[in-house]
Amino acid sequence: MIHPIPPGTRDVLPEEMRELRKLQAALLAVFEGRGYGEVATPALEYDEVLRRGGGRAHDAAYRFFDEGGELLALRSEMTVPIARLVATRYTQADPPHRFCYLAGAYRAVSPQRGEMREFTQAGVELIGAPEDDGTGEVIEVLQEALDAAELGSAVIGLGDADLYRGLVAEYGLDEEAGAAVLGRLGAHDLVGLETVLEGARVSEEQIATCLAVSQLRGGAEVLERARGYESAAVARAADRLDDIYRGLADREGGYRVQFDFGLMRDLAYYNGAILEVYDPAVGHVLGGGGRYDGLMKRFGIDFSAAGFALNLERVHVAQIEERRRQGEGR
Amino acid sequence: MSADPQSPLKLAVPRGALLGETLDLLDAAGVDTAEARSDSRSLIFETGGMTLVTMRPSDVPTYVEAGAADVGITGKDVLLEQSDRPVYELLDLGYGRCRMVLAGRVGSDRLGESARSLGMMRIATKYPRIAERYFESTGRQIELIEVKGSVELAPLVGLGDGIVDLVATGRTLEENELEVREEIVECTARFVANRVAHKLRAAEIDALTEKLRKASRG
Repeated sequence: MIHPIPPGTRDVLPEEMRELRKLQAALLAVFEGRGYGEVATPALEYDEVLRRGGGRAHDAAYRFFDEGGELLALRSEMTVPIARLVATRYTQADPPHRFCYLAGAYRAVSPQRGEMREFTQAGVELIGAPEDDGTGEVIEVLQEALDAAELGSAVIGLGDADLYRGLVAEYGLDEEAGAAVLGRLGAHDLVGLETVLEGARVSEEQIATCLAVSQLRGGAEVLERARGYESAAVARAADRLDDIYRGLADREGGYRVQFDFGLMRDLAYYNGAILEVYDPAVGHVLGGGGRYDGLMKRFGIDFSAAGFALNLERVHVAQIEERRRQGEGR
Repeated sequence: MSADPQSPLKLAVPRGALLGETLDLLDAAGVDTAEARSDSRSLIFETGGMTLVTMRPSDVPTYVEAGAADVGITGKDVLLEQSDRPVYELLDLGYGRCRMVLAGRVGSDRLGESARSLGMMRIATKYPRIAERYFESTGRQIELIEVKGSVELAPLVGLGDGIVDLVATGRTLEENELEVREEIVECTARFVANRVAHKLRAAEIDALTEKLRKASRG
């Protein structure tokens, strides 16, 4: 007799579970080795608390009332719960706080797309570190984590969350036009972006700059190209990325980083550096993160903060795929 | 499965109405399409430094999103209908121009009558999401009827008051005594890329984008 489970959920059987546990242990060893203590928070939180994250894309998808009539929600990621935890339980302790987690997260899925309603995130949060060191340290931990996961080909895209907010301000766009521009950039729809910018009477030269900057990605040479554009926002982003990279290179830590001026994250709470992880073996993004000082402020804490989360199941798929390719002698 | 830097770039090529002009464009961009033109039964063609994978236009976003193809060409109508698939839209190629329209029967006011007396219009379409978004954004309520083919048939036999469909020349509408009532959006062929391939094979994709841009601007 078949008893179904909801689409987007799954059972894990022993063979896969052993591999997942091994991967989890390898990641956890890296995190703990860098001084990130593992925490667990409830999968259920008050909806009101999770809403403080203010992200649009990853709003809690599953809400219900408890027996007392309180509105609860299943978490869609771990950064907001950890911000809540720090704000509540570490008010007296001196920063920096370093936490890591291996935790289930819950999101709505589009039907028939192979998306998961329930998946595991492995990540770290560094709260209260001095600005650039924080981002640099998080990138180093991420690189070590990818090493530990045996993803030899994985790349970290490094961008700046403030870049396009700055550009929109330079163009003097009103709120509606600005939101339309950011929306097209977020969808990476260059054709639509050009149309929106033309409609907002942005000069031809500025349109060309905006389009070109959104396509700037690669090694150190793109920083030079970025500095060739006449825009304070672009120059600022280039300087910031340069600073972060130099910090890494000083410690021989920048080997996986690719600069990406077109990077946009769909969570609203990022400011400053943002990052995403790719592996040539899979077509999906493996994880991401960045700086989110603003989120901490929403919880009443004035600390800088940075972190990342990897999708454990996708990392596992990439690991298998990379092994397979190596086995084929490529 | 995807952005393997050692394998040739995979381009999803739409079969059907867009195929001819797509191959012409690729020729102009210096991609050898002779094999793709001569062999109509194979689906995959190796050509100097690139693999052409031919498929239905509406499948292009699926393959590109998953990274099974690194880049692809398909109509804006397809991208709008599948706007939940995150692919990067890099270039308007300019050909395959057609319009998404609301059409009703010539000389009949069923659309208007339904809107007045029932408060909603019944619309048959192959593009449910585009239709839904359009009427929502113009503050009107509709009952959506999704059909898979020959949508012109629907209002003729009383399935719906009107249709939302793609119109190139308008001949099919004319032959079925239908006429354009409202224009929703103009669609052309677009060049799209997989998110991860766009990052990891940046130089190759940028070079191809530039070649296609030059070729499509004549």
